[in-house]
Amino acid sequence: MNAPANLKYTKSDEWFDPASGAMGLSDYAQSQLSDIVFLEIVVDVGDTIQAGTAIASVESVKASAETYAAAGGKVVAVNKALMEKPETLNSDPYGAGWMVKLEGGEPGDVMDAAAYEKYCAERAH
Amino acid sequence: MTYIPISPRERDAMLETIGVKTLDDLFKDVPARHRFPSLHLPPALTEMEAATELADVSANNENVRSDLISFLGAGAYNHYIPSVVDHVLRRGEFYTAYTPYQPEISQGTLQGIFEYQSLVAALTGMDVSNASHYDGATAAAEAVNMAVAQFRGKRKKLVIAPTVHPQYRAVIRTYTQGMDLQVVGDDPRTDLEAGPSDLASLVDDQTMLVIVQYPDFFGRVYDYTDLIAKAHARGSLVCVVANPTALALFKTPGEMDADIVVGDGQPLGIPMWFGGPSLGFFTTKKAYVHKMAGRLVGETVDARGQRAYVLTLTAREQHIKRERATSNICTNEGLLALAAAVYLSVLGKTGLQQVATLCYQKAHYAARQLSKISGMGLCFTDPFFHEFALCLGRPAEEVNAHLLEHGILGGYDLGQDYPSLKDHLLIAVTEMNTREEIDALVEVLSEVDHG
Repeated sequence: MNAPANLKYTKSDEWFDPASGAMGLSDYAQSQLSDIVFLEIVVDVGDTIQAGTAIASVESVKASAETYAAAGGKVVAVNKALMEKPETLNSDPYGAGWMVKLEGGEPGDVMDAAAYEKYCAERAH
Repeated sequence: MTYIPISPRERDAMLETIGVKTLDDLFKDVPARHRFPSLHLPPALTEMEAATELADVSANNENVRSDLISFLGAGAYNHYIPSVVDHVLRRGEFYTAYTPYQPEISQGTLQGIFEYQSLVAALTGMDVSNASHYDGATAAAEAVNMAVAQFRGKRKKLVIAPTVHPQYRAVIRTYTQGMDLQVVGDDPRTDLEAGPSDLASLVDDQTMLVIVQYPDFFGRVYDYTDLIAKAHARGSLVCVVANPTALALFKTPGEMDADIVVGDGQPLGIPMWFGGPSLGFFTTKKAYVHKMAGRLVGETVDARGQRAYVLTLTAREQHIKRERATSNICTNEGLLALAAAVYLSVLGKTGLQQVATLCYQKAHYAARQLSKISGMGLCFTDPFFHEFALCLGRPAEEVNAHLLEHGILGGYDLGQDYPSLKDHLLIAVTEMNTREEIDALVEVLSEVDHG
């Protein structure tokens, strides 16, 4: 369970990087889902989204889940390459596993890494 | 599945256990006016009396097996069904349909669906087929849902050829109510002579899906390759509603680069019954497989390396998506999909081609003979498969009534759906129609002309 300190996290296990505007799925989420076999990012460059908007649909061998925007703003990049290799979400959730980048992203209801780690630890029991 | 009976004594024991006196006590919470009303039925009949009465009622039916010569098609066709189809269907293992979530107890059902999918994909020339829909109309409507999902609601225009089955168009309109779509082309008053290239002019950058029928509702066969290429150039998807029998004879929609091919599987070993139940087939390209409704059965190997079948993909179903599910086809038409699989495997490629060729030749013989009758003629000049529009020069209803008097179930009255085709019948001819039957139709229709 890895939660970099520079990122913000949601209760639905997404991360947001205030510095770059990138967001994606947390390490905890990918480990719970196990092998991810399908990803569809459902927003396009140019869309204006709110925090909480569904941005992607993820399927693993165990479950199917929606990923919600941890922040609101204008979509300036979509990681199309990730859809070709969804397993990257398992191997590099905070790096090559970024899904969408926002310009001027306003975080929604997020917590810092310490709070998120505690939140994950609570759910483990 | 074990049959578990219940006797009054067992019922009373159960009621006592849970502490209520009568069965009705269990429904106390439901306001009396919402409970099932007491029915004022006539006194009960004995089994013998009931059997006699029902046999009398049933004798009033006229069917195409023994009573009537049929030239009625318009979506449901009278084909020969090899007896082995029914023998396989009536096996208890298949007859009690259950959603095969558990591969360890459902290998037969799963293999049946897998074979069905493989055969339908081969027939349509497409990458994948799902495990079936209710009928051709709902499968066509599902193509619209898929296109909406593909463009995530960003494209809102749906182009439907007026020559798609009128009932399919009605079902699509029902399905798309409240979806805020713009439906164009779907106008029975348009020029029905217009071919696929005229439809292409309606396709623009807002178009998500174009739906055409192959052969079209009037039996006409067009190559949609050019229309499909033009639609693709605009970024739109194209759905072809196809007759499966015709696909044995003509270029497949897959070869035309269609994105979705749907249709009614009734011609594949399923009786016409009273208009249903039927079977809808749905095929697409591999790229869209996650957008497909229902389920997909795949072949794999089990822990011992033996061939086995499982529900491989059910991307939109409720057991995967929970409250976000957008499809719930479930056990659907599993039994009838099996019928289609058995039918296709018994006939084989050559057999199905023979059926299609017989339909084609007999329909063309009928069309030639009928168009010789003075005052009558073929409505269209384009190539057709096993169905054609015949201009009668008098009300179709009247002509059908006259045919019925002679034991002939006439064609479909096109005036019901197309104001410009008042006095036109859609005549279907299959391998079941003998030359004598066709000649009888011609003779009776000639009398109509003279009478």
